[in-house]
Amino acid sequence: MQLVKKKADGHYHQQEEILDVVVRFAGDSGDGMQLVGANFTQATALYGNDLSTFPDFPAEIRAPVGATFGVSAFQIYFGAEDVTTAGDKVDVLVAMNPAALVTNLENLIDGGLIIVDSGAFSSKNLAKAKYEGNPIEDNTLDRYRVLSIDIHKQVLSAVEPYGLSHKEALRCKNMWTLGLVMWLFDRDRSPSIESLKKKFASKPIIADSNIAALNAGHAYGETAELPAGIHVYKVPKAKVSPGTYRNITGTQALAWGLIAGSEIADIDLLFASYPITPASNLLHELVIQNQFRVNTFQAEDEIGAVCAAVGASFAGSLGVTSSAGPGIALKSEGIALAAASELPLVVVNTQRGGPSTGLPTKTEQSDFNMALFGRHGDTPIPVISAATSSDCFDVAIEAVRLATKYMTPVMLLSDGYLANAAEPWEIPKVGSLPSFKVRHYDDPKDFKPSIRNKETLARVWAKPGTPGMEHRIGGIERSYDTGDISYDPANHQKMTDLRKAKVEGISNDIPLQQVSYGNHSGKLAVLGWGSTFGAIHQAVKTAVGKGLDVSHIHVRYLSPMPSNLGQLLSNFEAVIIPEMNTGQFIRMVRSEFLIDADGVNKIAGQPFKIQEILDAIYKKLKELARSGDQS
Amino acid sequence: MNQSLPTLTLKDFASDQEVRWCPGCGDYAILKTVQKLMPDLGTPKERQVFVSGIGCSSRFPYYMNTFGFHTIHGRAPAIATGVKLANPELDVWVITGDGDGFSIGGNHMMHALRRNVDLQILLFNNEIYGLTKGQYSPTSQVGTQSPSSPTGSIDTPLSPCLVAMGSGGSFIARSIDTEAKHLAGVVKRGNSHEGAAFVEILQNCPIYNDGIFEKVKDKKVAPDFKVELVHGEPIRFGKDKEKGISLNRGSLELEIIAALGNEDKLLIHDEKNKIQAQLLAAMEGPDFPVAVGILYQQEKPAFISDAQSRLRKARNKDSSIEALLNSGATWEVK
Repeated sequence: MQLVKKKADGHYHQQEEILDVVVRFAGDSGDGMQLVGANFTQATALYGNDLSTFPDFPAEIRAPVGATFGVSAFQIYFGAEDVTTAGDKVDVLVAMNPAALVTNLENLIDGGLIIVDSGAFSSKNLAKAKYEGNPIEDNTLDRYRVLSIDIHKQVLSAVEPYGLSHKEALRCKNMWTLGLVMWLFDRDRSPSIESLKKKFASKPIIADSNIAALNAGHAYGETAELPAGIHVYKVPKAKVSPGTYRNITGTQALAWGLIAGSEIADIDLLFASYPITPASNLLHELVIQNQFRVNTFQAEDEIGAVCAAVGASFAGSLGVTSSAGPGIALKSEGIALAAASELPLVVVNTQRGGPSTGLPTKTEQSDFNMALFGRHGDTPIPVISAATSSDCFDVAIEAVRLATKYMTPVMLLSDGYLANAAEPWEIPKVGSLPSFKVRHYDDPKDFKPSIRNKETLARVWAKPGTPGMEHRIGGIERSYDTGDISYDPANHQKMTDLRKAKVEGISNDIPLQQVSYGNHSGKLAVLGWGSTFGAIHQAVKTAVGKGLDVSHIHVRYLSPMPSNLGQLLSNFEAVIIPEMNTGQFIRMVRSEFLIDADGVNKIAGQPFKIQEILDAIYKKLKELARSGDQS
Repeated sequence: MNQSLPTLTLKDFASDQEVRWCPGCGDYAILKTVQKLMPDLGTPKERQVFVSGIGCSSRFPYYMNTFGFHTIHGRAPAIATGVKLANPELDVWVITGDGDGFSIGGNHMMHALRRNVDLQILLFNNEIYGLTKGQYSPTSQVGTQSPSSPTGSIDTPLSPCLVAMGSGGSFIARSIDTEAKHLAGVVKRGNSHEGAAFVEILQNCPIYNDGIFEKVKDKKVAPDFKVELVHGEPIRFGKDKEKGISLNRGSLELEIIAALGNEDKLLIHDEKNKIQAQLLAAMEGPDFPVAVGILYQQEKPAFISDAQSRLRKARNKDSSIEALLNSGATWEVK
């Protein structure tokens, strides 16, 4: 939604009503843009808008000041209607320096509003951004509306009474800017003031200066003479079903889902991991929740982490490990040990751009193949994926259920986008969560570690410390009958078949595939998995709104897949599959269901835009119409 | 915990699995010693867990009638750490070899020692890769001829005890596969030690590296090539204890001196003295005897008990998922 509309005479006039807005904050990686974004998100949620966020930051922690590669951005899309992506185009761009301007201008709509800190547009900074002149003084930005403020100067004067050093004072720039943008959209500052007080509890002067800067930015909006047409915009509250809501990121939802899973299963959980972007935050989120039955362990390396998790599972806890692509590769042997010895294990892969170090802070879905096939031997494991930030909660609980019920490693695929993105979430009632209490085996009569549940084919879970349960297991092939070492050829065949049947059998224990949006049959199905949900949802909704025959099907269970998926897809004339990889899931769909689907592939480290998927829908429907004409 | 334990014997700790090491392997002797020792440790067998990696020695858990986990190459210390984190009440053992523990698994070994995880780590050092048919290992002497080093290995070997000490290990000992009494004594002390107890066991591989430790094992010559360390006692060796170890305080090097008449110059073994322990651990032939016994022992909090006590304190039975989900900023939509 644009804040202004171009009239026939070429002038802009102000929108009467704004249903939704995309704001992008951009600055140096040390400018505190992520903090501004988080505060603005919280205020927006409390205001009652629906929202979706996209923190977009570089791998460099503190890149040289003013460098284009050090620009850190935070995008938020909020509005009165169903919001599921962080927005294709930006309405308001906040650029704290020339580098932030030059790297983020591309997505700004014509007539969009730019708020710039003119104090940062020094000749040195302009040169770093490769600007020959000063864009806020020449005609570079003529297509946009520019609100140029010397924020440097404003902040220095706002925090003067607190006696900070020049450097410390300037660090309050982000809060001043936040105050101004909060004024622009009528947001309440008090939660941010509270959180500043809490954050700087031991440094009251820093807290007070930041609060003063925040208030000064807000006051500036109220009192300064701003260019015509810039004033407070009201965005109506979203119409959502009654309930209690909160903001949640994928990382937070995943952590809480694991905790909920362990409480439901009534077992301890050991989370063992090694720091890696963008997965580390899961460890940070869990380490502060040790009032629950959660223990965390920062291992010496990725292999140590998965091994500690497997050890914990052997001892009767649920072992969970987490990483991103390169780390998951290192864990592969440990995952296979858990599969061979039939111990529960949850492996969370927060996917990022690959291969190798690739793009550590950017998102991708390119570990699908590794999740399904990236192990030595014939080693199937269930693989499930999260579609949205809040979905991570349910998917984490499901991973715990499958791992403990089937005594198997479970791979949970998230990605860098989901991990960091926030969205409002209707807090579920605890009574509505699934129940699956775990019972460790403790009957010493004729005990063997190879006793199985006939229905699930899961091996018993007997834990050390239980008299009469002493047993040995390991990576060498185990006899079907006794669990002891067996090199018998027929036994290896039987055990390999068993491992396959056990995982395949899970398809009877998962919900049938539903259609997320649209009809159960028709011309075109857009099939997705993982974090492409938001963009596909909006694209399909828009297409259906235009009367097109399109449906959205989104798969959580990647292996095994829901038993009706093939049938469901065959109800459509054509299937397209958007993926942030070169076409990994599509190969599975083609080989399993013999469906001639088309891929829509983007590997740019950025989530899909709605328009990109919409274009693919139009293209495919046009092709179908053409071939229909010919026949 | 052990007040009403039935009396167990070696047999109770032997599993029903046929032992499959080569005839004459030093591992048999170690297995017997450990099985025999188990009843004395006072921990019921359902609380004993043996974790191993890959290699000849790593088959050990299959032969113990306790809990056992034969895992993957080099990772036993990490897996054992997970076992211990999940249940600190368990008595956890790591069985490993020179290749498993110090080549592919060197990192996990270093960190288990550094963290002082309450484990007994028994390192079977035969200075060779046995299970893969005889390649040189990280503890093989320079010049070891093997299928992968037909003209002799050129790698400098590492000393397991020195690496363990450098990693911050709090209990470092060395013993010999066939010296049942000595080995049992050392392992028992290690078991009662709070934290990681590291025991290097010099173990003969009769197939690929036969006789490598003969000088310290052969009763006839061993007195000249081995010195048994006893805390608080002067360090003497030789058939009639006629030789002793002394410290040259000028060069900070050990020297061999005649014990008789030099009693005041003899070094007194002090398990708590790390510098001295390092010098003793580094002694090797042909110039020096190999030191066996408890080289070093230091009281320091074990990782697991420390981590667990903090956790147990934090853990709260009344904590609710509902409170967690509703923590922080929330809002009502009516």
